[in-house]
Amino acid sequence: MHKFMFSRKNLGIPYGLFLAVFVMAPLLVLIYFAFTNGQGEFTLLNLTGFFSDPNTLGTLCYSFGIAAVTTAVCLLLAYPAAYILATSRLKAKSVIVLLFIMPMWINFSLRITALKEILTWAEGSLAYHPFLNTVLGMSYDFLPFMILPIYTTISKMDEALLEAARDLGAGGLQAFLKVTLPLSLPGIISGVSMVFLPAMTNYVVLDMLYNSTYIMGSLIGSYFASYNWHGGSMIALILLGIVCLFTLMTRGIEEENTRGGMLL
Amino acid sequence: MEQGTNIIELKHITKTYKDGFSAVSDFNLEVKKGEFVTFLGPSGCGKTTTLRMIAGFDLPTEGEILLNGEPITALPPNERPINTVFQRYALFPHMNIYENIAFGLRQKKTPKSIIVKKVKKVLELVDLEGFEKRSIDTLSGGQQQRVAIARAVVNEPQILLLDEPLGALDLKMRKEMQLELKEMHKELGITFIYVTHDQEEALTMSDKIVVMAEGKMQQIGTPEDIYNEPANAFVADFIGDSNIFNGIMTGKLKARFCGGEFVCVDDVETGTHITAVVRPEDVVLTSPEKGKIRGIVTSVIFKGMHYEITVESGKNEIVAQSVNCAIVGEHVGVNVEPDNIHIMIAEDHTNIFAAEINKNNELAYNGTVLNVPLTNIIKGSREEDGVLFDASGSEIDLKKIRIKISIRPQDIEMTDEQEDGLVKGYISNLIYKGDHYSYVIHTDLEQDFVVDDEYLWNMDDQVGLLMPVEKMIFTVKK
Repeated sequence: MHKFMFSRKNLGIPYGLFLAVFVMAPLLVLIYFAFTNGQGEFTLLNLTGFFSDPNTLGTLCYSFGIAAVTTAVCLLLAYPAAYILATSRLKAKSVIVLLFIMPMWINFSLRITALKEILTWAEGSLAYHPFLNTVLGMSYDFLPFMILPIYTTISKMDEALLEAARDLGAGGLQAFLKVTLPLSLPGIISGVSMVFLPAMTNYVVLDMLYNSTYIMGSLIGSYFASYNWHGGSMIALILLGIVCLFTLMTRGIEEENTRGGMLL
Repeated sequence: MEQGTNIIELKHITKTYKDGFSAVSDFNLEVKKGEFVTFLGPSGCGKTTTLRMIAGFDLPTEGEILLNGEPITALPPNERPINTVFQRYALFPHMNIYENIAFGLRQKKTPKSIIVKKVKKVLELVDLEGFEKRSIDTLSGGQQQRVAIARAVVNEPQILLLDEPLGALDLKMRKEMQLELKEMHKELGITFIYVTHDQEEALTMSDKIVVMAEGKMQQIGTPEDIYNEPANAFVADFIGDSNIFNGIMTGKLKARFCGGEFVCVDDVETGTHITAVVRPEDVVLTSPEKGKIRGIVTSVIFKGMHYEITVESGKNEIVAQSVNCAIVGEHVGVNVEPDNIHIMIAEDHTNIFAAEINKNNELAYNGTVLNVPLTNIIKGSREEDGVLFDASGSEIDLKKIRIKISIRPQDIEMTDEQEDGLVKGYISNLIYKGDHYSYVIHTDLEQDFVVDDEYLWNMDDQVGLLMPVEKMIFTVKK
């Protein structure tokens, strides 16, 4: 009789099963639907359709625009905040960090609803500035994801490096530009990828702020709602490709950075 | 290099932190151009703080720093012609070696062609030719150290500060770098200010050593001065191995310590309490009848170049270094040449003596059990079934630890009822100190105790010494 041997390998079985059922299988189904038509025949029409339809391309650009602007706003707000927090000798530092994280503990739709009320009060109607409102809503939602990684990298930085820069003749600004900024790049990159990618697909914020413009997420939703599974799958697949590309790019930058290439 | 002009002067430098902790107090120093000066002291003695004030990272709370006669006390670090080699190198991890070394020159807007030349030259100086393109994390600790030195030296600073630069290297590498740094100092002619806690390193490399403790300068001098003529017991103990004894001057050029009377060369007034320092290599072991004092060899350790021999004489312990071996249990005589006894006038007369641990794991002295459990003395220890365990749970070998008792002269009382005392002896010396008398009691155990008393006793009175346990301070030595 072959006895069941408990080994380290066996511990991987549940994980492997999980991967197969919840990651690989859906992906295969997605690919299958993306490259077939209603009759189950192979076709590239979904792909060519996406790139020849000005509406879908427009949505892609709009999504990209929203994500880019949101990321930029988050970065501009988060970097100084994270820098000041990480470098200050405040005793209440951890409390302030907590204040930035705390909104994450409050239900997301509640937060956006609250923001909606404020914006309606300030602008009269949400319909006047749909793009601005979306960017505001998303920035509010994603800001902690940008602050945290930057804060962590800066506070982990060896203070002696800054002293070394000052010692070698760099003024405060030069020391920041030549040492602090490049060394906080890994934090910036992980912050950017944690904000940019969700911002491209998160259509809940748009919906809740009555922005009728489609972004990628809502586009997929609408395809599936109208039972066009093949078109929807293709868009999802394209989005997946963009995400992969983006991840590879940022990883490339990071590697180059650790290898010692000058970025700035 | 022209010797004689002061490149940097520290005047009454004091650094006090907000919580009232004084890291450096009233520190005065003059460093001459081209000197190799070392700040030596145990951790927390203020040596790094002083260095940081010279570099400009910390501002002194009081006092002035002059560079070539000009005050630079409040000048930011980037405006000082001083560069630092940091303790853990502090190389920029996002730059390659060339960029690291070129950093300072680029800040000064040096033309690129000159930077390339200078970097190449300085890499030759530190034996890393052709390493320009390598990244920091491909280097060994020793190589990173060299890059750190190169990065500082390439700027041709007037003063190079080195903060324990060799602390992270292994012994062999450290020895090599010591010599290389010394060579580099000669070649470059830059003033070096070096911080270390390693006395051997300081003695090997420096022109001048500043010994520091608790934020104060203890002694300044050449390595020979510091080693041969330590200014106080701290310096004597810190620099090299020393036998340190409490004693008293018994006549002109005569000192009594360690149970014997020795001729010395320091002329100190008769009756003064002294601290006598004898280096282990100056302790001469002879036959018992030829020795000034006698003892029994308790341990012999082979150290490569010599044997380290511990001799117990009465309650005193003398460490000797000798090329001749000795046998444990052997009776020997001990002599010291007058020249080799260094006498310091004692300011602190605290009596320090060794305690015993008896079979029942109780602390004892002269056969009397002291009512203090060992678990109170050894921090974090506990006793189970007559065996002592330390904080980490491993058994403590009571044979390997020594417990020293210190007690102040005013805490000891003399009594006529000799048997009541912890130890008995006779008064061998007394001096009137204005409001009290200071007595020296020579005990049956061949030890001298200093006792303060406001009443007058007579010379040669037989007394017992009462020492309250609660006034004793215990230190554990492994």
